[in-house]
Amino acid sequence: MVTRRLLVGWTGIAFLAVVVALAVLVPALNLGLPPSSRFHVPTHIVVLLGKWLCYALLAISLDLVWGYCGILSLGHGAFFALGGYAMGMYLMRQIGTRGVYGNPLLPDFMVFLNWKELPWYWYGFDQFWFAALMVMLVPGALAFLFGWFAFRSRVTGVYLSIITQALTYALLLAFFRNDMGFGGNNGLTDFREILGWGVREPGTRAALFVATCVALAGGFVAARAMVVSRLGLVLVAVRDAESRTRFLGWRVDRFKVFVFTASAVMAGIAGALYVPQVGIINPSEFAPTNSIEAVIWVAVGGRGTLVGAALGAVLVNGFKTWLTGAFPEVWLFALGALFVAVTLFLPKGILGTLGGRRRRPVPPTPTPAESRAAAE
Amino acid sequence: MPVETSAVLYLDGVDVSFDGFRALNGLSLVVEPGEMRAIIGPNGAGKTTMMDVVTGRTRPDSGTVLFAGVHDLSRLDEAAIAELGIGRKFQRPTVFEMHTVWDNLLLALKQRRSVFRCLTARTTAAERARLDEILGVTRLGDLRGLPAGILSHGQKQWLEIGMLLAQDPALLLVDEPVAGMTDSETEQTAMLLRDINRTRSVVVVEHDMSFVRALGVRVTVLHEGSVIAEGSLDAVSANERVVEVYLGR
Repeated sequence: MVTRRLLVGWTGIAFLAVVVALAVLVPALNLGLPPSSRFHVPTHIVVLLGKWLCYALLAISLDLVWGYCGILSLGHGAFFALGGYAMGMYLMRQIGTRGVYGNPLLPDFMVFLNWKELPWYWYGFDQFWFAALMVMLVPGALAFLFGWFAFRSRVTGVYLSIITQALTYALLLAFFRNDMGFGGNNGLTDFREILGWGVREPGTRAALFVATCVALAGGFVAARAMVVSRLGLVLVAVRDAESRTRFLGWRVDRFKVFVFTASAVMAGIAGALYVPQVGIINPSEFAPTNSIEAVIWVAVGGRGTLVGAALGAVLVNGFKTWLTGAFPEVWLFALGALFVAVTLFLPKGILGTLGGRRRRPVPPTPTPAESRAAAE
Repeated sequence: MPVETSAVLYLDGVDVSFDGFRALNGLSLVVEPGEMRAIIGPNGAGKTTMMDVVTGRTRPDSGTVLFAGVHDLSRLDEAAIAELGIGRKFQRPTVFEMHTVWDNLLLALKQRRSVFRCLTARTTAAERARLDEILGVTRLGDLRGLPAGILSHGQKQWLEIGMLLAQDPALLLVDEPVAGMTDSETEQTAMLLRDINRTRSVVVVEHDMSFVRALGVRVTVLHEGSVIAEGSLDAVSANERVVEVYLGR
């Protein structure tokens, strides 16, 4: 039947299998084997992989809006960073009296700035459940508000991309300010514990890695459920012919607001998992280049494939890790060249190109003249 | 502006200008329920602008635009107007190229169009039956699984007509339905439109005079944003003003 759509296709099954295998093998080889063993995975590799998988989840969230609904967000890093800050605030409050100044209530940077009491927006962040809620709520609410105004005013295309870029840049500048109360340019760091476990313990790191795998798999399945539903049909219709979709009676703005918000929540979760693994969150996470890098991951892996986006994030970051080690000063040039090369030679990205080849070839579109000739 | 009218579409004194250019100039037009009306006119006569006004893409500067006598179309947006039951077929066929023929029709199908319903919606047996029926009428049954992007021009025109049928509108606006079609496709399209007209009102904008003749309906001639003649094709063809406009004297 033509209408049957699988929740998870073969590529998706392969992807989930890889994620599950990583979730089992990496912690097992890290914790279960002595460092002298050939198969031992050192802790810094666990952290590095965990970081990449957070990026993969960010890439999936970006692919959901860009690949399926044509919303090219050049500011998705903002939602990632906001999720990260929400988690960072929880981790700061867990430091308690173990900080340099030993203040039970105020984080060190506030004591240093001579603040006498905790700002109201730091209340509640001593509770994990509250922080976890904010990880989703803050990026989601910002995306909802932003989308509400932008999509209802029918801001599209390059204009929308520029506003998203401005959004993340504005947040970058705001978070740099000390009086915002988020630690200024140093950001939040020096974390000690998460849920009572030391953040630097190998066991905690392994647990965070597994949590990241679970979030990545969950995010993938959720995104996939959206794109195979009738909502997904509408999203692609909006991407390809927005005004036509409106003339069929679809409220295009509502669908865009929904998918943009859902995507921002996903990006926020990715950021929240990222922060305890790398041990710091500072305003540079809002840098426009971060968001643009995320777009390049998706372009490399293949827009509108979800799995490709995740693959692109891991591949490009693997390449980045190697290159910044070997030739640190050429990374940005390499990134630019990569984007140009993908646009020119691999416009559908890695997975889009592979997937297109496997499918049955489609006959070329006949021109009106040809179809007229054929009919006569 | 209470207006008593039995018309399905009622336009009175509609003005639209773009940067000083008057696209519609006191346009008045009445289409009765069940009627099929052909609208002709030279390029720039305001045919497409009139459709834009009726479907909510353009807001009139002044004048009355009523649907079924009660809905003020000048205050509604595209989606709301489509939901009221006005369907529009564009001049260039615009179908969703990446979606299959079936999915194109499914998107057009009359349904509750809320975000959260769409997340869980499953195609019901009734919906399937309706789509099969439309595929039969538009002769696209064998192509249902193909992406719409690879259809020929004529097939895309038919798919778009099929999408209009799926929308189940009370009023159809059809912009140049036979542009780029072969003679036999043109004939079939005329038959299909007459068939559709049995249950719905139709407004057709067309350049092709032989097609308008084949439809055999009342004709409205537009020129510079106003109506200059109305009546049977023979009557308007004999009108001096129409001849003047068409011959450019």
